[in-house]
Amino acid sequence: MTIFPRLRSAFSKQRKEPAQAASDPAGEAFLSFANTGEVIQAESFLQAEGLAVRVMAPPPALRTGCDMALVVSVEQAFRAVGVLKTHGLPPLQMSPTRDSLLEPMSLFQTKDYGNWLMVRAANMKLTVEKASGRIVNVSGGGCPDVPYLAARLIGKHLLDETVEEEHGQTLCGYALHLAVRELCRLRMAAKNRTHA
Amino acid sequence: MRKETLSRPWLFVGTIPEPDFPCTLSSFTVLERELSVGARACPVRRGSPAMLAAAACAWARVRPDASGESLLVLAAGDTGRGEGSREVYRRLVEILPELRPGGVVFHYLLPDVDWHNRILLAMEELAERPVLIADAGYMYAAKMSGYAGCYDLFTPDIGELAFLADASAPHPFYTRNFLLADEDQAEKLLLLAYADNNAARHMLVKGKVDRYARDGKILAEVAAPDVPLLEPIGGTGDTLTGIVSALLASGTGMESACPAALRINRRMGFLARPTPASSIAEILVFLPAAIDRETQGTSL
Repeated sequence: MTIFPRLRSAFSKQRKEPAQAASDPAGEAFLSFANTGEVIQAESFLQAEGLAVRVMAPPPALRTGCDMALVVSVEQAFRAVGVLKTHGLPPLQMSPTRDSLLEPMSLFQTKDYGNWLMVRAANMKLTVEKASGRIVNVSGGGCPDVPYLAARLIGKHLLDETVEEEHGQTLCGYALHLAVRELCRLRMAAKNRTHA
Repeated sequence: MRKETLSRPWLFVGTIPEPDFPCTLSSFTVLERELSVGARACPVRRGSPAMLAAAACAWARVRPDASGESLLVLAAGDTGRGEGSREVYRRLVEILPELRPGGVVFHYLLPDVDWHNRILLAMEELAERPVLIADAGYMYAAKMSGYAGCYDLFTPDIGELAFLADASAPHPFYTRNFLLADEDQAEKLLLLAYADNNAARHMLVKGKVDRYARDGKILAEVAAPDVPLLEPIGGTGDTLTGIVSALLASGTGMESACPAALRINRRMGFLARPTPASSIAEILVFLPAAIDRETQGTSL
């Protein structure tokens, strides 16, 4: 089967059917950015201001394959843009969500390997040595920041302040960031149980 | 002895996890824990360097008389911002007509559907279409584009298979029920991926049980040796892609190469006696021995 006619049609902007509904778009606005790295930064700025913000897939027409957008309530949208402007990170676009957006994976899975603990967040896996809290391995993912981040993270202590600063630039990098947070949470919870 | 060069080289396309690694088209070699690409070198940890190291090592074992020019890499430094990936995409479209590769293996690249479609168009315009293999980010782009069926081989793990089976997901990050994807669902997920034309003709699915499928039908399952400690170790999927690509480049047919690569990759991990803290470089040391065990039992 030749793919030529199909590819030509792809360049005429015919795309696959839009994603199915995964959230209620009523009363929400999405903020789009130049790249995933900016989204990750923007999320941190907005959360620090106490704004309720969620990471979602952009509307189907705006997707390139590895991207995400932020979603805030319409009531908070202008305040969010103001906060981001003060940080020099204004969104490229702010629009009411006409399409239903896909939600990212939000569940974590843990696997106990005796002296080591692995957490899986979406398609990324992060493993620490229990006794030392040292990151010993990173696996999964397929975006180019994963090998780079892994090289920077492995060997560091989970609670090392530079670990939290290692933001990815892609969805895989973001999932790795979530895995770091979850392992920190588990470690702190275990510590609290020990002291209780 | 005169070394044989394949008339149509195999091209590995990926990224190097360093910010300043220049866009390079070159042969590649691996020595201990370092990969040499042209005049540059980088450590073998995971990602494309691990895939390339496995391919080089496997190639040297199965085709010791062949030229090092038979396998080429096109790669650039990329830390996730996509500059290196886009440079690679641009260069690939330029070199394809003259290079006429026999196979192209796409790996850790920033998914970009528009570039994906341009490259597929360039492949289609070649007199002889190469064998097309996609793993990692490029497999995500291939699925997102709607042209997954144009590929000869994908190498997803069980979670990535769930992504391929989820028609609406643009990336594994958004896959519904991703964490619920388990071994028991593999056949169902494969059928879903094929039904929506989101699978390559041949699929190598990595999991507790590895599976090889063609046209929606599972033809082989490989469950031994079972080494659960390999799951946390980054790069074990990359090495599988490198091994199967080297076997295919050597002339082994897809139906033989795929199950053989699964067995070799598992055997390599078993021989290494890993812990969750092991590195893929430590495991790759055992690839020649794993290939030797395979060749003793098959016609590779």
